[in-house]
Amino acid sequence: MAAITADRADGPDALAWVAPVAILIVAFTIVPLLGSNYLIEAIMLPFLALSLAGVGLNLLTGYAGQVSLGSAAFMAVGAFAAFNFNFRIDGLPLIVSVMLAGGVAAAVGIVFGLPSLRLKGFYLAVSTLAAQFFVQWALTKFGWFSNYNPSGVIDAPALSIAGIVFEGSVGRYYFALIIVTALTFFAWRVATSQTGRNFIAVRDNETAAKFIGVPVLKTKLLAFALSSFIIGVAGVLWAFAYLRTVEPAGFNLDRSFQILFIIIIGGLATIRGAFFGAALIVVFPVVLSRIGSFLLGDMFDSGVLDMSERIVLGALIIAFLILEPDGLAALGRRLWSRIRTKVGSPSEA
Amino acid sequence: MTSLKTLLRTAAAGLVFSIAAVALPAQADEQYFPLQSYRVGPYAAGGTGFFGGFIDYMNLINTRDGGVNGVKLTWDECETQYEVERGVECYERQKSRANAAAWNPLSVGIAYAMIDRIATDKVPLITVNHGRTDSTDGRVFPYVFPLLLNPYSETSGIVNYLASKEGSLENLKGKKIVVLYHGSPYGKETIPIYELLAQKYGFTVQQIEVPHPGNEQQSQWLTIRRAKPDYVVLRGWGVMNPVALKTAQKVGFPATKIVGNVWSNSEEDVIPAGDAAIGYTAITTQASGADYPIVKEIVASIYDKGLGNLEDKKRIGSVYHNLGIVNGILNVEAIRIAQEKFGKRTLTGDEVRWGFEHLKLDEAKVAALGAKDLFHSINVSWDNHEGEGYVTFQQWDGKKWNVVSDWIAPDWKLLRPIIEKSSEAYAKEKNIKIRTSAEAENVLN
Amino acid sequence: MAESFDYLFFIEVLTGGLLSGVMYSLVAIGFVLIYKTSGVLNFAQGAMLLFAALTFVSLVERGVPFAVALGITFAVMVLMGITVERVVLRPLVNKPPITLFMATLGLSYVIEGAAQLLWGTQVHALDLGIEDIPFEFYGVFVSKFDLFASGVAAVMVAGLTLFFRYTRVGLSFRAVADDQFAALTVGLRLPRIWATVWAASGLVALVAGLLWGARSGVQFSLSLVVLKALPVLVLGGFDSIAGAIVGGLIIGASEKLAEVYVGEYFGGGIEGWFAYVLALAFLLVRPSGLFGQKLVERV
Repeated sequence: MAAITADRADGPDALAWVAPVAILIVAFTIVPLLGSNYLIEAIMLPFLALSLAGVGLNLLTGYAGQVSLGSAAFMAVGAFAAFNFNFRIDGLPLIVSVMLAGGVAAAVGIVFGLPSLRLKGFYLAVSTLAAQFFVQWALTKFGWFSNYNPSGVIDAPALSIAGIVFEGSVGRYYFALIIVTALTFFAWRVATSQTGRNFIAVRDNETAAKFIGVPVLKTKLLAFALSSFIIGVAGVLWAFAYLRTVEPAGFNLDRSFQILFIIIIGGLATIRGAFFGAALIVVFPVVLSRIGSFLLGDMFDSGVLDMSERIVLGALIIAFLILEPDGLAALGRRLWSRIRTKVGSPSEA
Repeated sequence: MTSLKTLLRTAAAGLVFSIAAVALPAQADEQYFPLQSYRVGPYAAGGTGFFGGFIDYMNLINTRDGGVNGVKLTWDECETQYEVERGVECYERQKSRANAAAWNPLSVGIAYAMIDRIATDKVPLITVNHGRTDSTDGRVFPYVFPLLLNPYSETSGIVNYLASKEGSLENLKGKKIVVLYHGSPYGKETIPIYELLAQKYGFTVQQIEVPHPGNEQQSQWLTIRRAKPDYVVLRGWGVMNPVALKTAQKVGFPATKIVGNVWSNSEEDVIPAGDAAIGYTAITTQASGADYPIVKEIVASIYDKGLGNLEDKKRIGSVYHNLGIVNGILNVEAIRIAQEKFGKRTLTGDEVRWGFEHLKLDEAKVAALGAKDLFHSINVSWDNHEGEGYVTFQQWDGKKWNVVSDWIAPDWKLLRPIIEKSSEAYAKEKNIKIRTSAEAENVLN
Repeated sequence: MAESFDYLFFIEVLTGGLLSGVMYSLVAIGFVLIYKTSGVLNFAQGAMLLFAALTFVSLVERGVPFAVALGITFAVMVLMGITVERVVLRPLVNKPPITLFMATLGLSYVIEGAAQLLWGTQVHALDLGIEDIPFEFYGVFVSKFDLFASGVAAVMVAGLTLFFRYTRVGLSFRAVADDQFAALTVGLRLPRIWATVWAASGLVALVAGLLWGARSGVQFSLSLVVLKALPVLVLGGFDSIAGAIVGGLIIGASEKLAEVYVGEYFGGGIEGWFAYVLALAFLLVRPSGLFGQKLVERV
């Protein structure tokens, strides 16, 4: 990896804060006011959920270097756990259910992360696949998880935080946005703290890290725990805020790959990388199919376009890995520093 | 850098197009059918057949009759690849076009994700031959229609057929049935009904699971062979079906003892199994073949003029194609019936809902539509959204399906209380008020 | 009175499992070839399998004779291998193995999409001329087709072993696998060797694709067999052909036996994850598999 990390606590550099704050302002005000229902329902909500999952996976794979191919399983754990907490314990506020669900996901994450103490690289990746398949099977097999629904699906409850009900697409958008903002901030704090530095140390050279006193075992498990917590909450958002009803098949291997692609394209070991990657993954297929149907209309099978999309997505992965392994985040950073040079910031060399 | 620029450009383009799509006004005197179709992905064969048939029928109505009482049918397709979030995205995209008559996603996952949304938007959701069983209860699900057959009725239909093979329902006593089901909620859905029927008629049932996708079924079929059942019911999906038939041959279990369910009944399920599928029987709500008057008409008016939707003409009259045609008939007749009441004009979603709830086509009417023996009849009412569809059974001879049974009725009376129990629990959970028939007659604008 | 253990049935399940395992090994061998010589875990092997099977079956359906179709498909796979090596792997040569793995993940998407774009999404039957009627062997039913597949696998493995041991190209593969720099010093042209390896792996994908396609029909989910090959590799080591065989046999047999005998306690369907959990448990004891090279990383 070229850069150790792209996010440093730059200290008194005020300009570094401009972008995030501006984005938040836009997200909280302009998007819900001016955005169409379609934008919110079909673009923003999946974007938020997937970005959060990407943030979580990035902590584990980007920062701590532990490859996980089972992230969708943790999303599933989060979603189903939240459903069960909310449904079975009367009077439990939804937000507590969500946090508890994240906790359950974290616990499952630690269990499936234990192999990381002995395994590396591909072997670890393969063992995370065990998590993926086992969790999917368990959620389907044991009807208790979906309250014995004959179709094995869970229906989302009404969303509320501290008594304020979030309904309608704008309401659900705010619900998701609040949670994503809070957890992203939390992840950023982790990434820029000693824990984050420990993650990077373990990723880059485990032996050396041990040598200088980094508690490698604890660090790895902590990475799994924190990452799974965030991914679990992302799963809750996916199920409750976006789809409103979910079955275990929606959290399959393809979804795990999707999240991995998000962080590869977006930029490993960056917080903002997850958002860039998710934006591309969510927007790209829509744009391609719109352009296609606009230009070609009934002439072409919609199928042709979609196969092309698969090809282009795979090609993008390869291209990013070859050309810009630090992902869109690195591209963004270069663009940003070009702007700043033009603006004439004193902290730039 | 180039990548970022391209991204920004494409994002801008996308924004422009999405605004454009929203701004396009709907034409007057047109009825729009948004098609969340799937023509790629693992289930593409079924999707191309079904949506092909649906589009062919709508084309026929437009060219032959000039639409339904002058109201032209329009449609567009949005590829879902059978994936839920794409289905949702297509829904959000397509609903901005006004005057949607009904949604037909032919996907149970997408249908579930849509149930809440269409209830708010008040446009019917048709899940022909599948869907959420308790959505049969129109008192709780006013806008969802699992037309012709829900999973419970399908089970009952299969058991009744097996009884007819044995001579009578009493002769089922002591027999052994294995249900080989797909490892998913769809597969598990009918387990309780098999148990119920087993208790009632005295046969034993064993449920064996095949993990998705079902490429490997060795151990399952060895277990089946050891169990020596009288019949095996195949409740499969996708690749599980041909693999099941091939593996059955591999272990020496005769295909003639295997009966497939509604999603294991198509040409695409048996052809890859080669001669292992000969003798295999499957349930269907619509017979296959191109000899029915309506299919012949479609060939003459549409395909011979080069307007046919199926690329491969050999698939005309296949199970999925005919399902699409039958689905087209049901949708169009619902509109026709609604137009009789509300006027021969573009209808709102709720008016179409009323039309579906009065969709009664008896055998005479079906024959008049050119579909005699293609499907039997339908009798939808405000509280029965399934419509009491009849089923028949076809056997594969290596080249085509041949009907081997009369039209059989599932045991609706037995199943209704179970359905109501489930739907009432759903209503309680979601705080839905149970409709009355008077409320059902009321149509909102 | 306790039920006597049905030995015949057990042997049947075991035999069936072993033969299934051989099918898994076939896929795993493709992985091993590439990993041995370039350290890349080629996730796209499944997609290549699908592409080969689809190409072959589509040619045959269009009337091309069997042998010609085979030849054309082989040529296509070789071409694909060479292209992949040059376009995807050469630029990534110095990157960590996990990057290469992720690149092959992207590659699998490209190949799957291309396969369906070219040949369509219909399901096809693949007839290799072997009737899958079982024959009885002392009361145990054995599948004719599976035996045929094992025969093919045996021939292939024998061929590969001889190749690696006694031909120049084979020796250079082993040299590269042992020590890339030393191989370079000795004058071996790495890019050419890698291209050959990918072509060989393409051939393995073709054979495996045909056998799997004949077994379960040719369509999209064929590429999912790669998910069964991964536990085999984990067990047998990523760089050992013998390991792939043994690993395949173990995984195949234990998976089927578990489904039949253990599965009933769980309600069935455990085949999906059993292989993975088994491999995982195994790894915790032997982190580099049965035959794999030991990666010494203890501190």
